[in-house]
Amino acid sequence: MRDYFYSYLKSDATPGAAGNMLWAFIYIMLIFMGLSIAVIAMNWLERKVLAHMQVRLGPMRVGPHGLLQPIADAIKLLIKEDIMPAEADKLVFWMAPLIVVTTAFTTFIVVPFGPQHAVTDMNIGILFMLGVSSLGVLGIVMAGWASNSHYPLIGALRSSAQMVSYEVAMGLAVVSAVLMTSLHGAGIYATGGGSGMGTLSMIEIVRAQQEQQAWFAFKFFPLGLVAMFVFAVAMVAETNRAPFDLPEAESELTAGFHTEYSGFRWSLFFLAEYSAMIAVSSILVTLWLGGWLRPFPNLLAGPTWDLVFSLFPGLTFLALAGLTSGFGALLGLIGLILFISPVRAWVQDIYWFVAKVAVFMYLYIWYRGTFPRYRFDQLMKVGWKVLLPTGLGVLIVTAIVGVL
Amino acid sequence: MPQNYVPIFIFVALIGILLPGTLLAAKLVRPENPHPAKLMPYECGIDPVDNARGRYTVRFYIVAILFVVFDVETIFLFPWAVQFKALGLFGLLEMFIFLGILVIGYLWIWKKGALEWI
Repeated sequence: MRDYFYSYLKSDATPGAAGNMLWAFIYIMLIFMGLSIAVIAMNWLERKVLAHMQVRLGPMRVGPHGLLQPIADAIKLLIKEDIMPAEADKLVFWMAPLIVVTTAFTTFIVVPFGPQHAVTDMNIGILFMLGVSSLGVLGIVMAGWASNSHYPLIGALRSSAQMVSYEVAMGLAVVSAVLMTSLHGAGIYATGGGSGMGTLSMIEIVRAQQEQQAWFAFKFFPLGLVAMFVFAVAMVAETNRAPFDLPEAESELTAGFHTEYSGFRWSLFFLAEYSAMIAVSSILVTLWLGGWLRPFPNLLAGPTWDLVFSLFPGLTFLALAGLTSGFGALLGLIGLILFISPVRAWVQDIYWFVAKVAVFMYLYIWYRGTFPRYRFDQLMKVGWKVLLPTGLGVLIVTAIVGVL
Repeated sequence: MPQNYVPIFIFVALIGILLPGTLLAAKLVRPENPHPAKLMPYECGIDPVDNARGRYTVRFYIVAILFVVFDVETIFLFPWAVQFKALGLFGLLEMFIFLGILVIGYLWIWKKGALEWI
C-alpha cells in the first residue's frame, strides 16, 4: 500500500497513465474542491469587477469587501424551498442538472495542469473533451423540456441551436491546432527534429509546443492567432455567456432554461456554467497558449530567466498580501513558502496554467460589462457566415503552409 | 492503454454519489410547503395560456441538420490532422477534394437561404 502510494511520486506520468488509481482518486477530489472554490471565487469576482466597471461597489456587507457573500448565498440556496412544477416531467427534471454538472466536471479529467498534474493522459484527450462538453446541450434541452413552461422551452431551444452552431467553428479551430502538432520541421518555419506525428493527447499537445519553441497562437503568424480568435469567440457562445447570453436573456426569457429551477438544483446549473467556462478556457490555454509553459520560452531562455520566472508564484501572493489587510499575513506566508526551491519547482507549472486561465475568466467578466447582447439572427449570422468560413479558411491555409 | 480510461469511471461514479447525496442532504434542511400557486409554471404573474410543449419554429430543425453535416465533417478531419505529415501532399489533395465538395454544399446552403434566420 505504502509503495503503491509512493510509486506515482517517482514516475513522470499522470496518475491515470501510471496506473495508480489511488492518486487518480486524490487528484479527482482535488479537482472537485478546486473547482468549487474557483466557482465561489468567480462568483465574488464577477460581482465585484462588474460593479466597479459600472462605478458601483458591489457586495460590501458580508465579510471584508463582501468576501463571504458567495458562501452566504450558498447557504441561502441550500435551505431554500425546492419547487418542482406540478406539470413537470419529474424524472427528467431531476436528472437535467445532474447531467449538466457531470459533463462540465468530467472534462477536467484530461486538463493538464502540469506534465504530471492531470488525472489521466488519454491519447484522444482533446476529442474526449470536445465530446463530453458538447453533451452539456443534452442536459439543457432536458431542463427546458421537462419544465413544461414557455420561457424554459424557448431558452433551451435557443441554447441548443446556439451551442451546436458554434461547436462547428470550434471543432475546425481545434483541428487546425491539432494539425500544427505534427508540423515540427515543416516548410519555411523549419526548425528540424520531431517525429512528424500529430497527437490528440492534451499533454502531448503542450509538449509539441515546447519542442517547437512556439505557442501555437504565434505559430505561422497570424494563422494560429486567427484560429485562437475563432475558438475564443465560439467558447463564449458555447458557455451561453454575454454577449451571447440569449438563452438566459433576462429581459426576454426571465432566466431561460433554468427558470423553473430553484434552491440547490438551480445552484447546480450555476456551478455547471462556471465550470464549463473554466473548462473551455483550459482547452484554449492548452491548445494555443502553451498550457503550463512559462511565457517567452525562446526569447528569454536560460537558467537565469528560468529562476526569474519561477519566482512569479511567490511574488503574486506577496502582491495579494500587500493589497489585503486582514488575512494578508496568511497570503504573505504562502508567498514566502512558494519561494522555497523544491516547492517553487513543483508549483510553477500549475501557477502558469492557472494564471493563463484566470486571464480568460477576467475576459468573460469584461465582455459582460462591455458588450451589448446580440440579436438571435445576428448570433446565427456570426456563427455560420463568419466563424465557420474563417475556421475552414484557416485550416486550409495552415495545411498548405505546413506542406510547403 | 486501457488504464488511462479507468479514472473516467471513478470520476463519474464519484459525481453519481456526491451530487444526489447533496440533493438529499438539502432535503433534510429545507422547508417543504407546496401550494398549487407555487407549483404553477412561471409566467411573470399571469396564468399560463396553454401547454408549453406546443409548436415551435422549424428553423431549429434546419440548424440541427446543418450541425450534423458539418460536425461529422469535422470529425473526419481529426485523423487526417493527426497524420498530416505522414500523409503529405497526397493526403492534402484528398482532403481538398473532400473539403471542396463540402464548400460547394456550404455555398449552396448559403444561396438557398438556410443560414438566414427570419
